[in-house]
Parts: sequence; C-alpha cells; structure tokens
Amino acid sequence: MATVAAVIASTHHPFYYRASTSTGADRPPFADEWVAKIGAFRATLTRAEPDVLVMVGSDHFHQLWLDNMPQFLVGKAPFFDANWYNEEREFGLPRMRLAGEEELAAHILRQGLDAGFDLAFSNELRIDHSVTCPIITLRPEADLPIVPVYTNIFAPPMPRPERFVQLGRALRQLVESWPSSKRVAIIGTGHLSLELGGPRQFGPHGPDPEFDAKAVAWIANGDVEGCLAEVTLDSLHSPGNATHGFMDFMLMMGAAGDGVQADYTDTLDLFHTMEAYFTWYPDGLPAPARAPEGAAS
Amino acid sequence: MSKYLVNKFLYTVDRDPELVDRYRDDPAGTVDWWERDMANTLLNCLAAERSTWLAFTPEEGRALREHDHVRLFELGAHPFLTLTLFIAMFERDHGPLEYQKAYARAMQHIQLPYPDIAT
Repeated sequence: MATVAAVIASTHHPFYYRASTSTGADRPPFADEWVAKIGAFRATLTRAEPDVLVMVGSDHFHQLWLDNMPQFLVGKAPFFDANWYNEEREFGLPRMRLAGEEELAAHILRQGLDAGFDLAFSNELRIDHSVTCPIITLRPEADLPIVPVYTNIFAPPMPRPERFVQLGRALRQLVESWPSSKRVAIIGTGHLSLELGGPRQFGPHGPDPEFDAKAVAWIANGDVEGCLAEVTLDSLHSPGNATHGFMDFMLMMGAAGDGVQADYTDTLDLFHTMEAYFTWYPDGLPAPARAPEGAAS
Repeated sequence: MSKYLVNKFLYTVDRDPELVDRYRDDPAGTVDWWERDMANTLLNCLAAERSTWLAFTPEEGRALREHDHVRLFELGAHPFLTLTLFIAMFERDHGPLEYQKAYARAMQHIQLPYPDIAT
C-alpha cells in the first residue's frame, strides 16, 4: 500500500511569487525573511521524498461557478494546466502545467464514494493559485504528478467544518489504502483570519490576530476537538469575511490525525494576513534529504 | 433581489480583459448592454438555450453603473468578485496597495454581521 510520506498544511499567498522574484526597489522589505522561511518549509517536503502530491485547495470562481457548484471535487486527468488570466493580471503568476496521477484519483473517487463522500470529479480542470502557490513554495520544480482536491470554502451554502475534518480523515485512509508502493504527500492550503473586499482588508496584520494565535495552536497541537468546539460556519464570519478558508486547514488536521502534533510549525506575520506552515510525518521523521536535482537554492 | 446575477456580471466581466476595460471606461453602457444581451446567457450553452428570467433590480443596476463597490457589498454581492474586478480596473491609477486600502476605508462604517452573500 502507498505510504503517506508527509501531511502538509499551509496558507496560500498569491503575493509570494512576485515578492520572492522581485529585485531592487520592487522587492518588498519582508521578502528576504519570507523567502528564508519558505526555504525551510520546502525542505520539510523535500526530505519526505514524495512521488505523488495530493493537493487540497479551492477554486476561486475560475472554473467552478454558481450555475454548477460542487462542494468537493477531485481532478482526474493526465495533465492540469494552471493559473488564470486574472491571477496573471493581479499577482503576476506564471502559467504552469502539472501532470496528474489518474490511478490515485480514480481510487480516491471510487473508494471515497463508497465511504459516503459524494465527490464530484473533473476530467479537464485548470487549477488556480490555491494549488499552484504551494507548488511554487514547496516544489517549484513542479515535477511530481498531482491529484487536486477542491473544496467549497467560497460560496454558501458550504459543508460544515466537521465535514472538512471527516473528509481529511477519509483522504488519509484513502491514500493509505491505495495499492501502490509510492510515497504520497497530502498538501492542503487555506487561510487563517482573512478579509477580502471588506472594511478590514489590507491592514497591518491579519484582521484577527487573536483568532490566528488560537488557530495556529489548534493546528500545531492537532487539537481537532478544541477547534471543532469553537469553529462553526457562523463563527468564521467574525475573524474576517474570507476566513471560511480555515476549513481547509481543518481538513488537513483530519488528515494529520486527532491529537497528533505537527513535526514542523512556523508562522510569518505579514500585512493583510498571517502566514502559517505545518508539516507532519506520519511514517516517522525522515532523514534530511538532498535537494532534488535542479532545485532552486 | 438578484445577487446571483450581480455576481454573474462581475464574474463574466472580470475574466475577459476587453470587458474589464470596457466596464472601466463606460460603466453605464456596459451594464445596459450586458443586461440586455448577456444576462440570460447560460454559460457554455448554445445562444438559443438562454434563460428567460434574469434581470437586475433598479438598485443593483445603479450600483453597477456607478462603480459603487460599497453598495454592491451592502447588497450582498460576493466580495471577492467585486474586489478582484475593481482592482483590475483601478489599481493601475494608484501606488502599491493604495487602491486596496482606500477601498477598505470607504467601507469603515460597515459593521458585523456583514450582509448575507448566499445565493
């Protein structure tokens, strides 16, 4: 059976690519620290030596729209083109193409349906920055096949937080039951407190630093119970109007396991939002790995 | 109330560079044309298979014609769609993050709970 080589949860910040590649007067003052933190975070995936990446994210009204909105969707295709015109326009994100791992996608769909998750699927999915940001930060070579899993954290009505945790637990089991000798990393990205298009956006910190501190502790300690006791669809409006993206972190807590502390935790307090990075090694801490050939230093 | 249609306008304009500039330069003309010719288009379907019932309320039409992002928020338009399109139209006239911060300042009077964005 396949091995879960790492479970990784992260914020996805579309400004990272431009901040990290800009030079001179265009380079923001926080870029060097951000790049250093991302370098250390990237090493946590590299040392796990994954063969396949399951990528949990959320379409931002790119391919999925209100006339036909799935709650959870698995991409099953040989390739996934990536990034959209409005992401190139606003964030300077590059066009990308990632290979798909169709066998694992088929396994997740079949076994997931049988386990009670009515997963939608797509055979032609153009993925967006919720998946490509962690590729850029964690595996910029973009050389591993992926299985994208999209969640609806964007368009109400949404599934409740409990359902995200349940899907995370199931996803872990589905990967572990895949008849393959491959090493799979499950990577998911979401948000801490976040406001988009409202009065609290683009402040000096995230809109609710108190929520962020609690959220980081829940995730780092694997405190699923404590998190579920406080977080509801209603409560998530209070820290910021786009904070429902935190439910993707909750999905990853489900994948990491109840009560399981993260092996790696880091944060970066930026304007507008706090960055947070977590890695678990369900199979034990791997030896430090060499950087893959051709990796950016 | 037709929050869905307001969102559909924002969504379909935002993803088309030509329409972004057209809406920036001629908001009233673009909204009138779009409501007349495009509002009932069922995405990814033949033109003859259009819907028959979608129209803006007068207040929604006014907010869109006047580029009134604050009113759109109050009417329950999806804030991500409004923000993304308005950045595309107006960030170019400002320094880094100036527009985003001014956008937030214009909404300082809005308190929780925010208007419902469910469609």
